[in-house]
Amino acid sequence: MSQASLSTSRRGFLRHSALAGGGLLLGLRLSTTTEAAEVTPPGAEFKPNAFIRIASNGQVTLVSKQPEIGQGIKTSLPMVIAEELAVDWKDVRIVQGDLDPAYGSQSAGGSTSTPVNYQNFLLLGATARTLLVQAAALSWGVPVEECVAAHSAVSHARGKRRLSYGQLAAKAATLPLPAAGTVKLKDPKDYQLLGQRIGGVDNHAVVTGQPLFGIDTRLPGMLYAVYEKGPAFGARVLSANLAAVKALPGVRDAFVIEGTSDLRGLLPGVAIIAESTWAAFSARKQLKVSWDEGKVAAESWEGFVQQAQALAGKPGAQAVRQDGDVQAALASAAHKVEAAYSYPFVSHASIEPQNCTAWWKDGALELWAPTQNPGAGQALVTSTLGIPKEKITLHITRSGGGFGRRLSSDYIVEAAAIAQKVSAPVKLTWSREDDIRHDHFRAGGFHFLRGGVDAKGQVTAWHNHFVTFANRVEREGRSQLQPGSGASLSGDEFPGRWVPNYLLEQTALECGVPMGPWRAPGSNVFAWVFHSFIDELAHAAGRDPLAFRLALLGERDLMPGTGERGTPYNVARMRAVLKEAGVKSGWGSKKFPRGQGAGVAFHFSHRGYIAEVAEVTVSKAGALKVDRVVVVSDIGSQIVNPSGAENQVEGSVIDGLGTLMHAELDIQRGRIVQSNFSDYPLIRIADTPPKIEVHFLRSDQPVTGLGEPALPPLAPAVCNAIFAATGKRVRQWPLSRVDLSWS
Amino acid sequence: MTQYTLNINGSNRQVDVAADTPLLWVLRDSLELYGAKYGCGVGACGACTVHLNGVPTRACMTPVSTVGRKQVTTIEGLDPKGAHPLQQAWEELDVPQCGYCQAGQIMTAAALLKENAKPSDEDIDGALAGNLCRCATYTRIRAGIHRAAEIAAQGKSAGKSSGKGASKNVDKAASKKVKP
Repeated sequence: MSQASLSTSRRGFLRHSALAGGGLLLGLRLSTTTEAAEVTPPGAEFKPNAFIRIASNGQVTLVSKQPEIGQGIKTSLPMVIAEELAVDWKDVRIVQGDLDPAYGSQSAGGSTSTPVNYQNFLLLGATARTLLVQAAALSWGVPVEECVAAHSAVSHARGKRRLSYGQLAAKAATLPLPAAGTVKLKDPKDYQLLGQRIGGVDNHAVVTGQPLFGIDTRLPGMLYAVYEKGPAFGARVLSANLAAVKALPGVRDAFVIEGTSDLRGLLPGVAIIAESTWAAFSARKQLKVSWDEGKVAAESWEGFVQQAQALAGKPGAQAVRQDGDVQAALASAAHKVEAAYSYPFVSHASIEPQNCTAWWKDGALELWAPTQNPGAGQALVTSTLGIPKEKITLHITRSGGGFGRRLSSDYIVEAAAIAQKVSAPVKLTWSREDDIRHDHFRAGGFHFLRGGVDAKGQVTAWHNHFVTFANRVEREGRSQLQPGSGASLSGDEFPGRWVPNYLLEQTALECGVPMGPWRAPGSNVFAWVFHSFIDELAHAAGRDPLAFRLALLGERDLMPGTGERGTPYNVARMRAVLKEAGVKSGWGSKKFPRGQGAGVAFHFSHRGYIAEVAEVTVSKAGALKVDRVVVVSDIGSQIVNPSGAENQVEGSVIDGLGTLMHAELDIQRGRIVQSNFSDYPLIRIADTPPKIEVHFLRSDQPVTGLGEPALPPLAPAVCNAIFAATGKRVRQWPLSRVDLSWS
Repeated sequence: MTQYTLNINGSNRQVDVAADTPLLWVLRDSLELYGAKYGCGVGACGACTVHLNGVPTRACMTPVSTVGRKQVTTIEGLDPKGAHPLQQAWEELDVPQCGYCQAGQIMTAAALLKENAKPSDEDIDGALAGNLCRCATYTRIRAGIHRAAEIAAQGKSAGKSSGKGASKNVDKAASKKVKP
């Protein structure tokens, strides 16, 4: 591929980032609120920035600023600093930073933690190393060029003289930061740590059951809260039997919180404060609330399906993208396919339910929250309760899963509002039922598709009427419809830009169901719809599905962005992973008996280029077994921690499969019908594919994230394999609703 | 409220709680043992798994009044040094992602290994069927149990695992061990 043509060549990226990073370094102030400040031993410390402390005893403390939600960031980002700092990993201690402006953005969403921070973190480590080397050179009176930093020490004259970082800390602390742009980064071929398999820094605490998670928070004198919201979204409290509840054993208080009309903010409800979690849970069973449910109570999934079906074949409310003449192209196509795809609302269902501990004291608020976006939590508390930002301290705890759910801050503002009425620290714990019924859901959706292929096997026409969901919101004094997170399509979403006659229309159904980002928002369903439909076109045209996709991608290396997301698409990278997936899976070389087959799909999201091949067996009775999944990813020039990276890919594959197989929420009378894992099943170990093969193609490109992009291609790869095995095309989620039997 | 004397990880612990309080909340709120997790409250996820006389049990569904003098073992008491073969294997193979369900996974697996020193994938899938992992670390849970069986067979259960000295590669999973 022609690297020269790419706008972000590695060299250009490094140069640009070095300048930006240097500026950031100089702008950093030292944090005073971190765990690090409390534990570092006294004495001369070297603290070149908010992320690094080196004590005179040699202890190296690195702050992990990003929330850890299972994506492994508490291990991998500090590794980036440690590499350039030239410290041995065994000498490093990692502490979780609180929410602090000194750290910059701390949102763990959109698989951005790595790409946003990688280059700066290299520079943070390299800057500290530069100062330590200078300190050693000054001590010995030799040029810095003759000194070498490695293994937490600086040496000179081939190791004849050596000073440990601990010994150098005091002197390094007196040196001015190097000028922006003067710090030299290591050549990646010299990396000692990046690319090594490193275990999660909290693994020992995890496997020995030590308290780590938000729900494990315990403070002296702490009370326990539950919060009952209306079963229908946004319902307001008319009355509640508060006096009776307050008289129950272990109950300290019960009160109504009026809340706001923000569906993703502080919803109205009733709080019960008790002396233990169980006392609160038990008292809640006796709580009786009369609710004003409003017009949301008229909403149902069945009703939405009817509304969507009535729109089939009709023009959409909005033409998102229009290229060429799709009608004419369909009329003249050699092969035509028309199909409707749909998928339901689903929940995030992290096993740790939402929870937050809050302490309101002397006009200040302290929070302990399992959150992906602590800054947003603080902001929501400020905007809802009027507590000034500087009066809010937020401690980021480990999260028992994120998947996008904890980018929302509803449970944080609930805990804060409750704490304002309690004269003790209080832990709010959602029940599993709260968690499923009051999620900010992945939106359902409907796609009415028509496609045409010419005699040469090229896709010439693509028409999609996408029916999605939107909430009515007040913005700048105006009422307007806002599509849910991940529930609107960009005109640039593949295959937009590739098909000459292309029409994407979108119609949003108004609903009162709160929606939020769910792992790889949008992509997690769009990849399934589009790569299933591409497969239909390939089969209609009698072409091999992989070769058909390569032909669709075409010969050009870079597709410039044109739409609102403006993302250029590096076609060369996608072709490379797709071809490699074919090679690694042995695509086309296997003869499958009926009931077995392979399917392929690819997707670009979150800056990652991923192709997957799935091999399945479907019994005559219709039981699905995924035998093998091959994943080829290009996420840039460096895999920071291969162990963590492979874990993310394996998890994405299984999560993608589980969601495809089982996930479905029904909505009746403006409320979610399902309530627990008994009626909202998750994938279990037995359905895990025995072989998940993870490959990375290194490209000369910036290092990007992996929490999300490996998930989207899984569902279409599996459904395309099901078609190959059985001739049955899956156009509806979940698979548990689809009859896959064959004879 | 009623007083109970429970045998928790080999020690007698007194608590004063309502008789219907699930053992899970006694462990977490009264005894400050946070290893057993709340996930569903209905025995559907396995995050709260502890042993009662060695039998894996859902602590969220076990009223404290039914525990009596049975020996309760939690993840905190599985091994005095936190170096049960499963704990070693979990660290060696870097099994956890978020880690929330892993105590329950390990407690269930520990009971399996007691009965079946060398379980097959099918044995593992059967025994662990009730333990959900939302991060879907199932591939590594399987590998971790195989590795733990191997560690136990070699009698290398002493000391905290670092992966050092572990067998050089009997299976593919073990060859991928991580640095601590």
